[in-house]
Amino acid sequence: MRYLHVLLPCLCLLATSTTATGQEKIADALARIHAVGAEGKGNVEAAKAWKTLVGNDAAAIIDILAGLDEANPVSANWIRSAVDAIAERTLTAGKRLPADRLEEFVKNTKNQGAARKLAYDWLARVDTSAPDRLLPGMLNDPGTGLRREAVAVLVTKAEEKLEKDKAGATAGFQKVLEHARDADQVNKAAAELKKLGVEVDLTKQFGFLTRWRLVGPFDNGKGIGFAASYPPEKSTKASATFESKDKDKIGWKGHTTDMPMGLVDLNKVFGRLKGAVAYGYTAVESPQEQPVEIRVGSYNAVRIYLNGKEIYHREEYHHGMTMDQHVGKGILQKGANEILIKVCQNEQTDSWAQNWSFQLRVCDRLGTPVSLTVVDPKK
Amino acid sequence: MTRSLVLLLAVAAPALAQDVPQFRGVGGLGITKETGLPVNFGEKENLRYKVPLTGRGLSNPVIADGRLYLTACSGYQEKQLHVFCFDVKDGKQLWERKIAATSPTLCHPKTNMAAPTPATDGKFVYALFATNDVACFDRDGNLQWYRSLVSDYPTVGNYVGMAASPVLVKDILVVDIVNNGESFAAGLDAKTGENRWRVDRPKQINWVTPLVIRNDGKDEVVLQAGEGMLAVDAATGKERWSVTDKQFLTMPSPTYGDGVIYTPGEKFFALSPGSSKGNPEVLWQTNKLPTGYCSPIYQAGKVYAMSSRGVLNCADAKNGKPLWDMRLQGNFAASPLLAGNRLYVVSEDGQASVVEIAPEQKILATNFLKDTILASPVAANGALFLRSDKYLYCFGAKAK
Repeated sequence: MRYLHVLLPCLCLLATSTTATGQEKIADALARIHAVGAEGKGNVEAAKAWKTLVGNDAAAIIDILAGLDEANPVSANWIRSAVDAIAERTLTAGKRLPADRLEEFVKNTKNQGAARKLAYDWLARVDTSAPDRLLPGMLNDPGTGLRREAVAVLVTKAEEKLEKDKAGATAGFQKVLEHARDADQVNKAAAELKKLGVEVDLTKQFGFLTRWRLVGPFDNGKGIGFAASYPPEKSTKASATFESKDKDKIGWKGHTTDMPMGLVDLNKVFGRLKGAVAYGYTAVESPQEQPVEIRVGSYNAVRIYLNGKEIYHREEYHHGMTMDQHVGKGILQKGANEILIKVCQNEQTDSWAQNWSFQLRVCDRLGTPVSLTVVDPKK
Repeated sequence: MTRSLVLLLAVAAPALAQDVPQFRGVGGLGITKETGLPVNFGEKENLRYKVPLTGRGLSNPVIADGRLYLTACSGYQEKQLHVFCFDVKDGKQLWERKIAATSPTLCHPKTNMAAPTPATDGKFVYALFATNDVACFDRDGNLQWYRSLVSDYPTVGNYVGMAASPVLVKDILVVDIVNNGESFAAGLDAKTGENRWRVDRPKQINWVTPLVIRNDGKDEVVLQAGEGMLAVDAATGKERWSVTDKQFLTMPSPTYGDGVIYTPGEKFFALSPGSSKGNPEVLWQTNKLPTGYCSPIYQAGKVYAMSSRGVLNCADAKNGKPLWDMRLQGNFAASPLLAGNRLYVVSEDGQASVVEIAPEQKILATNFLKDTILASPVAANGALFLRSDKYLYCFGAKAK
């Protein structure tokens, strides 16, 4: 009995963590899941590995969650469902989840964001005080899911003040704007602030680029323009001239949009053309090398180029437009960077198929606008 | 009544059980053999249970071997995809699995990422989402395989929303991924999820669920899109026959009976499938059977078609001659369900009407659920199942 004070914590630790052998089996199973290939190759092995993972008790959840660090979108779904299966079975059996270790995992921002969110969701289910304890500290969380949860609390609090404390509500929604990155939360805060007499410049808030050089129209009759490589894709020199789809001499023209959400309406610039391609160009200076997402909204087929290299394309016309629907990922180099967007209009005559436009912003992976200076075109 | 008498009655008069293995039930025909389904039902009448659901969904429940499977989507931009399993008797949730969408989730606001109905054979459930994520779980929720079709074919998808449901043909799960990108249909190995076959499809928007028919000694999968109809061997994906000179609708799915395919297009067509004896042939066509979203039903020499505006038409299946029509209130997205001589039709705003189609045509009851319902009704275990944006309803006479 004299060693009980030493033995008990050890036993507790054993009950909430996995043994070395168990960890090896989990690591092996995770490796087999990570090896899942294209077109279902490796599914059979992954299913066996999944069963191995799910055969563990709740103490293993932390080790399995950690496996999401190296996961791709496919293996992540295998792992995520394994965690859910163990947690669900544990609670159904009336047993406990390792709440302390889940919380520790959630708090450790070195862990992958989606894994922390999954851990949080199970923690919040078994510990109803966890949201109040954790979310206030997550307003700048590097994980989009947890940050969103934290901002949602701010939104609720600001809403509660709307009736009796307008100054408090205003301050609350301004705080939402500071931390929110998802469009719906930003738009909600801006709309409420407008009712409270505070105008929010959403173009600036989201970081849409508004100063462009534009050139067009090139031919997109029968949709040929999307695959065609027109001269602006090879040279973006401001003084360059090209031959249009109608054999006219055309060149770059400066364009600064003042439309909401940084929309560049190509119909206004080039006329309501059908079967046409236009390019938008801008050069931005980045203070350092940094990974970015170039996010575009458009009803039209688009290609996005960064420093002469295509980073995204999608050939789809008039099936809706929403902010950030097209995302190209790339690295901004320190100094000047060239962004080129190709926007193709098709030949549909339906009234709902007339938009020819785009909006573009440069963000980090959370959706935070990256601070950039537009160096071309000049003001 | 004594307990033993109750047990005796339960054994003596069981409901005619029939599973719901896929979109619109057995064969995708919109017909159930269930009997004793309630005519009058609602919050206070014949409600066996009402289960609140996480997230939205247009998929109808599938039911087999005492379990009901349902899909849903939730969260910001509907990126969280759910597969639920309930005990069909009492609606108790047995398990839930979640996967994260691996493709963009932009779609028309009327639809969502849980538009395709899953398929089940009772041992496994196959859930396809509009994100082109497809997963197979066993009846206890153990993941058997998972595919992100967008990871395999990156241009797959559209911004209107995918909705064609998968169908199971023996050991092949058929998915018809008609879209603006890499458009294809595939036969996936039901055990592993790997491709058994894959065929090119037109690049367009399409929500039509494949129809499986037994024709000329083979299981054929009839794939319909706006630009035509293609029938392939279910086992190999090899083309059996096609119709390329007709335009078909891209929302309602075809139905089949007595060797004839009935499907809406530029007109409503009755088609005999191609075979070793000849090419597919249009037997008749009519513009008197408008459909919209709702898929038609064939039974006993008659074709029933429900328009999105609530006009129910019945035509002679031999020649397309109109027999009768009836107007119902509301707009309709859910396809009707035929049980005996009663059609169950549910409007988008939750008016669930029971229409007697023979010997005379009359509305037996209209039940007001005050809920948004776009999913097609199904029946099993002596009960009618409706899925709304918020709830799973089970209506049926309670055991006394």
